[in-house]
This record gives sequence, C-alpha cells and structure tokens, in this order.
Amino acid sequence: MVKTEIKLKGLTLKNPVMTASGTFGYGEEYADFVDLSELGGIIVKGTTLHHREGNPYPRMAETPMGMLNCVGLQNKGVDYFIETIYPRIKNYKTNVLVNVSGSNIDDYVTAAAKIDALENIPAIELNVSCPNVKQGGMAFGVTCSGIEQVTKAVREVYHKHLMVKLSPNVTNIAEIALAAEAAGADSVSLINTLLGMAIDAETRKPVLSMVTGGLSGACVKPVALRMVWQVSRAVKIPVIGLGGISSATDAIEFLLAGASAIEIGTANFIDPAISAKVAKGIVEYCEKHGVADVNELVGGLQC
Amino acid sequence: MKKIIDFEVIEKRSFPRAALLRLHCAQPLPAIRGGQFVQVRVDGCDKAYLRRPISIHDVDYANNTIDLLIQEKHEATKKLCSLPEGSKLNVVLPLGNGFTMPEKGDNVLLVGGGIGIAPLLYFAKTICQDVPTCAPTFLLGGRSKDDLMLLDRFREVGEVAITTNDGSLGEAGFVTQHSLWNTKKINKIYACGPMPMMKAVAKLARERGLWCEVSLENQMACGIGACLCCVENTTEGNVCVCKEGPVFNIERLLW
Repeated sequence: MVKTEIKLKGLTLKNPVMTASGTFGYGEEYADFVDLSELGGIIVKGTTLHHREGNPYPRMAETPMGMLNCVGLQNKGVDYFIETIYPRIKNYKTNVLVNVSGSNIDDYVTAAAKIDALENIPAIELNVSCPNVKQGGMAFGVTCSGIEQVTKAVREVYHKHLMVKLSPNVTNIAEIALAAEAAGADSVSLINTLLGMAIDAETRKPVLSMVTGGLSGACVKPVALRMVWQVSRAVKIPVIGLGGISSATDAIEFLLAGASAIEIGTANFIDPAISAKVAKGIVEYCEKHGVADVNELVGGLQC
Repeated sequence: MKKIIDFEVIEKRSFPRAALLRLHCAQPLPAIRGGQFVQVRVDGCDKAYLRRPISIHDVDYANNTIDLLIQEKHEATKKLCSLPEGSKLNVVLPLGNGFTMPEKGDNVLLVGGGIGIAPLLYFAKTICQDVPTCAPTFLLGGRSKDDLMLLDRFREVGEVAITTNDGSLGEAGFVTQHSLWNTKKINKIYACGPMPMMKAVAKLARERGLWCEVSLENQMACGIGACLCCVENTTEGNVCVCKEGPVFNIERLLW
C-alpha cells in the first residue's frame, strides 16, 4: 500500500493531485466523469470581490499542443460564491480551495477575509498572476515588492493555508517566490499561464479579443518544470507544480523537480477524467518503482 | 448523465464536402435530446489539441449508434471525415441544453443552413415521437445542391423545402427568401446554420412576432461549462454556449 498523503501547513491532501483554477469550474461540471473524493483537492474558479463579466468573445485560440485564453476572471463575486456555490460544494469529500483575485489590495484582502470565515475551505490560492485583467492580477505578481505587498496584506486577515500562485512572466521567478515566502505565504503554486498571442494572417487581426492571452497546455510543460525546479531549490515552503501536466508521468516529473503536489489544468478539457487517472497512475508508478511514500519522490531529481 | 465513450466507426458515407459517420459503442447510450452535441477527440491530427464539438445528427438507442454529419472545414474535420470504417473515436456526450420541445398545436419550422442541417433531423424525430400531432417542416439551405445531403432522411420525417444560393436545387436564394414564409402557417422556428443566416432568421421571426430558437457554435475548449471560453453576451451577461446553450431563444440574445 503506497502512502500518498501530502501534509502541507494546515492542509492535508489525500494524494498530490489537485485541479487547477479556471479549468475545473466548481467541480460540479466534472462530477459525471470523476469521483471527486479520489482527488487531493480542487481549486475553484478565480473569485473576486465584485462580479466580473470577463472579457469579450473570442476568448480562446488553439495553438500547437496548447491554447491561449483571455477569459478575464469572469465570476459572480465572492458574496455570490459564499451564498450560492459554497453550500453546494462544501461537503465534497476532497479539499476545496478558492482561487482569489483582485484589482487592488483592498479587494484581495476583503475577499480573502470573507473566505477565511468559510469552515470547509481550508486554503486559498492567491492569484497574483492572471495575465488577462487590465489592473492588478499579474501586475502584483511580476515584481517582488508587488507580491510582497499583496501577500502580506492578505496574510494579516487570512488564517488558514495561504498558497500564492506565481506568474512565469518574470525575469527571475525564484526571487518572486522568495518575496512571497518572506511575506508569509505557506506555499507557492506555479506556473500560471505564459503571456502569448495569436494572429489570423488572412484577416490580419488578432485572434483574441484582448490581443494577448495566457498560454497553457502540454506545450508549456518544459518551462513549468524548469521553474518548479528553480523555485523549489530557492524556497523552504512547499511548491505546488502545474503547467501542461497531462499524465501520471508528467506529474511524477514535477514531484521529482521539487513539487510537493501538482495541479492539472488544460488536460481536463481533453480528458475530463484525467485528474483521477493521474492520481491512480502515481500510485502505479510508486508500486512499480518500490516507492513506499509519494513524499519520497519530492525533489528526488538526480542531477 | 454525461459520459466519455469509445465508439467505433461502423459505417461511413462520403459527400463532396462532408461525411456521415455512424458510431457504435458497446455500452448503452445516455439519453440524448435533439440539439445536443458531442466533443470528439481527434487523434492523429497535430492541429487539434482540443476536442471538436459536433452536433448529433441521429441516434439509435436500440443499436447503440449515433450519427455525426461532419463538414470538412479545417484539418481536424478533414481528419474526421477521412476516418475509415473500423476507426475508434473517443467522444464525450451528450453536451449542451438542446432545443425546447414544441407543444401540441404548434406549427414548427426547422431551418438549417449548410452543415447546420445536421442536428435538425434527430430533433425532428424526437418531436414526432413526443408530440405526434406536430408535423415539423424543414427549410434547408445551402450554397449549392452539394451542401444538401441526406435529403431522403429528412423527407422520411417531414416536409422538406429547399433553397440554394446558386439555384441548383429548390428555390434560388437564401432560406429567408423561400416562398413558404408567405404560404405556410408557422408559430415556432428552430434554426441552426451560419451566423448571417441565423441573424436573418431571427430578424424575420422578430418582425413577425414568432417564437424562435437558434443553435450557436461559438468556439469551445472544455464543452462542459468550466473554461468560460465560448461565452455569448446575452440579456443576462456572458453565458457559456456549451452549457447554457448551444440553443438560445432569440429573446435572450443581443443580436
């Protein structure tokens, strides 16, 4: 029997597999395909203090082995989440984490404090790395002072596990991670999407309504893996790895690079049952390789 | 209940710009409503990382088959149309809301343009089953007769009126120019086709005060309401075409 439990500060995952924000709705969308109790956790859609309509259509462009999106954090606001969605999902037999975003520090703080009061939400993932909103979002996540400010402010009001999601659109992601750690983050998750764009040569126009968007999917995996490796060597807090993970083997690679747990994102669109398959596949890998505890794999890269 | 099912292509018919695939699976099919769609994984096509939404043309519960009528447009649909019998196809279904069933006494017109004719056949069959007194009429339009396939199948279910832009079949012109608009009693319209066609049909329906539903095909990623990529701006703001649609009453749309 392989031990798969991952213990983070104030957050115990039954296995290292979570689903990435914005790719798994509120879990309900996937309930026909996945037994949610087989997952370590689900991270629900980016939630902001106020209702956001998001960006205009078109919001998506398919790219080689990936996709660009500029959804722009469409959500009905934290109060709607608390009143309408939370009661429906609070009894899931898995950890439900909320991805929290904002366009200024006060909004982040107010939204985080409201979620702090929800008994069955053991953690938030602070989104300082969304490339698709004009103000805030990624702006906080691309400088050490920005990430420090927002993390510190949220840390003061948020008492459970505080995960900070990092942007790859920076010169040195390890420095950014260190700033989040110094400001009180309990873990960092990376990577959010890579800023990209797509052009229609026939019409000479951008494909996306916002011109640029965030790249995700299998194509970003090598970049994500490298960044997870760099960050895990720089910080002492746990690192959650994501970016193009589409199989159990991909997940194992992230654990070896130093991730304590992983998130599955865009791959959910291609195989809605992939998250539970990855969780099972990790166990099979451990059995095959005589690994008694998944934790033994974390940072097990042999250079 | 939505399922992920491995189907096999057991029968195929090719047309000048399209193909009809009959897909069989071992397990019982989930209940499918007319106007719902599937998400197909296109294996072996490096241009198709994401699944492709395809409307459901017909369903045979007794034999565990569904029919997909697919237009060759880009690499992914060309690949699907080139699949030989015996190929495996991984499909997520059924997705979306489907058309609203008419009521007894309704005079129903099903308007299809180009490959948009595909979902109307199965929907019409479900109407005949659920509301036997309601005999649906099809109004099918294409650029030329090559766009209008399987007319025998449609004729088995209802009366078929046709327009082609080049006049190669039926009346020349667009669907909204067909003479039946002036001769036939209609109170409910269901439309699926290219945007300009659906806009023209919606305009006509509004002018005449007719109830009208249209099926949209905004570009999708997940197909199940998770990614929020395929949104349509409606009277209630941005909503997912894949989950709250693809069928919308024109009253909810901003065009």
